[in-house]
Amino acid sequence: MLKHILTSLTGGPVTEAAPAPADAALAELAGQLDKAAKVRLGRSLSIREVDAGSCNGCELEIHALNNPIYDLERFGIRFVASPRHADVLLVTGPVARNMREALIRTWDATPGPKWLVACGDCAVSGGLFAGGYACVGPVEEVLPVDLRIPGCPPRPADLLAGLLALLETSAGR
Amino acid sequence: MYGEEPLFGLLNRIGTPVEGHRPWPRYRLGRDGWLRLIEGLAGNGWSLLGLWGEPKAVHAAFREDFSGDVAVVSLDCPQGRFPSLSAVRPAANRLERAAHDLYGLVAERTTDPRPWLDHDAWGVRRPLSEQPAAPVPSPGPYTFLPVEGEGLHQIPVGPVHAGIIEPGHFRFTANGETVVRLEERLGYVHRGVEGLMQGRPVAETARLAARISGDATVAHSLAFARAVEAALGVEVPARAVWLRALMAELERIANHLGDIGAICNDAAFAFMLAQTSQLRERVLRTADACFGHRLMMDRVIPGGVATDLPERGAGLLLELVAELRKRFPPLVAVYDGKASLQDRTVTTGFVSAELVTRFGAGGHVGRASGRDQDARRSPGYAPYDELNFEVPVLTEGDVNARVWVRIREVEQSLSLIEQIVTRLPAISRGLDHPSVPLEAGRGGEGMALVESFRGEILTWVRLDGEGMVARCHPRDPSWFQWPLLEAAIGGNIVADFPLCNKSFNCSYAGHDL
Repeated sequence: MLKHILTSLTGGPVTEAAPAPADAALAELAGQLDKAAKVRLGRSLSIREVDAGSCNGCELEIHALNNPIYDLERFGIRFVASPRHADVLLVTGPVARNMREALIRTWDATPGPKWLVACGDCAVSGGLFAGGYACVGPVEEVLPVDLRIPGCPPRPADLLAGLLALLETSAGR
Repeated sequence: MYGEEPLFGLLNRIGTPVEGHRPWPRYRLGRDGWLRLIEGLAGNGWSLLGLWGEPKAVHAAFREDFSGDVAVVSLDCPQGRFPSLSAVRPAANRLERAAHDLYGLVAERTTDPRPWLDHDAWGVRRPLSEQPAAPVPSPGPYTFLPVEGEGLHQIPVGPVHAGIIEPGHFRFTANGETVVRLEERLGYVHRGVEGLMQGRPVAETARLAARISGDATVAHSLAFARAVEAALGVEVPARAVWLRALMAELERIANHLGDIGAICNDAAFAFMLAQTSQLRERVLRTADACFGHRLMMDRVIPGGVATDLPERGAGLLLELVAELRKRFPPLVAVYDGKASLQDRTVTTGFVSAELVTRFGAGGHVGRASGRDQDARRSPGYAPYDELNFEVPVLTEGDVNARVWVRIREVEQSLSLIEQIVTRLPAISRGLDHPSVPLEAGRGGEGMALVESFRGEILTWVRLDGEGMVARCHPRDPSWFQWPLLEAAIGGNIVADFPLCNKSFNCSYAGHDL
């Protein structure tokens, strides 16, 4: 164990440089937040992830954001356990009808100012599951969506670029 | 012959074989035959491999574990009713409830008639039956099993959980810190996969199969592809067969590395997750460089593979194997040497050998409790018959054993990758790509058993005369593991549930479909 700690201390960080905030995401977010909200949020965002019918591919890549290579927390962005602590809901999946109510209740439990990010092709458009009896389709049919990060699943770098755009916008720079 | 009645012996007496079902036989039974099958199941140890419905029929698959014989049995149920298997095979219960919710098939004399996937939210009942019904006007709440006794309290958890995980509801009944009973309620991520697959071309259905459970995308794609190829009698190029195994082993390593770290993290040992998640990322990046997708989604397709290994691929993979062999063992030594960690994992979440056998649970759940079963070996499929590997089996049945099965499987998979890369056959003459086109306009029925990182997947498919998917049933290994989690947590403290749950790592999406 001691050897591992020494290696970690002397080996330098494994964390990679961050990508630039996604231009497309910045454009989508422009002007969505008023000044008061920006002051309140500062340079920190708390995210509550909600799986609304994902195949769990998106969850795997969202998990990767927490590994030391992407290290999301260095930007002041962190995942929280309760929607009551969250500024952002990060929603995946084509909104399975069995999850619709839970998703809405989670949104209602999130205090404002709050944002909703649709993560992955299913959440953005319903993906392959749109049109069936069991799914509503895109998240925006249920709740207002502020930012869309497409991909099946989105790569961690794309997720990071999207979330950084959110942070930039919320910090009002 | 094997100390018990041969499965085929009984089926040949009570059923008629159906033409065009490959590679294992399918028998059509009458109602009397079905009842005699139930008697046979009560007296023999044949494993239930799956049970699925159609509008006017029910099918079940069994294996005689000793001989490896596999068979499908079918019962026409024009009245929409069939005698339940749940009394003799408890693992059939949830599958029967799912067949009821989707197809309206009633399991007579079932041990549990409650709905399972249908949460009264679809706006329709029995959506895949010939006559879907209007929803119940004012549905009542779901009835959980009663738990009575002094000093008991309930803890409802989910469907939205605290971590970045899939949704499901857990109803704990506890006495102080100790869990007296856990009851699961699943189905929240039901996306209607089976319904969406019906009537679609094979290529589109393959994309759905790849999204049954994202963490096992390669294995589910492989199971679907092999079922389709069995139905059509298609021979896949040798190079594709080997590349498929390569992807499957990369997927197994990536998931096991993630799980080992996550289990330790749930025992508040974050160091391990920080380390293994780096190794996992290393595997995913190699997969990306070799196959163009980090999870290798849509890379296994019916007929072969969608992408060939690039020229530099072999080198990258051998580098990966060398690096993991250097970096993984010191982490295993840390796991093994931390008393505070062992204190949480040893004896926690015990599942008996008797239970895993009764439920036919596979993967690390079965093999940590002494059930020596791996689809790569029995029934077996190419190229594993030409590769050297061991199937680690332990008998302790606790969280620690499930961690160790994973550790050993990582080592085995590294060896498999090395063997595959060094012996990968060249591309077949006359092909510019390791796949063959499927002959259009042919039908048939096929089935495949594939070992995912989580356990054995069964996929059954029927193609109609135009080569479209008439019915496909993918049975994730989680179906037979979820019920055992309820048993594993009994008598443990509530705080150990995350450890138990993570050590199982059942798929919600794969189960809910």
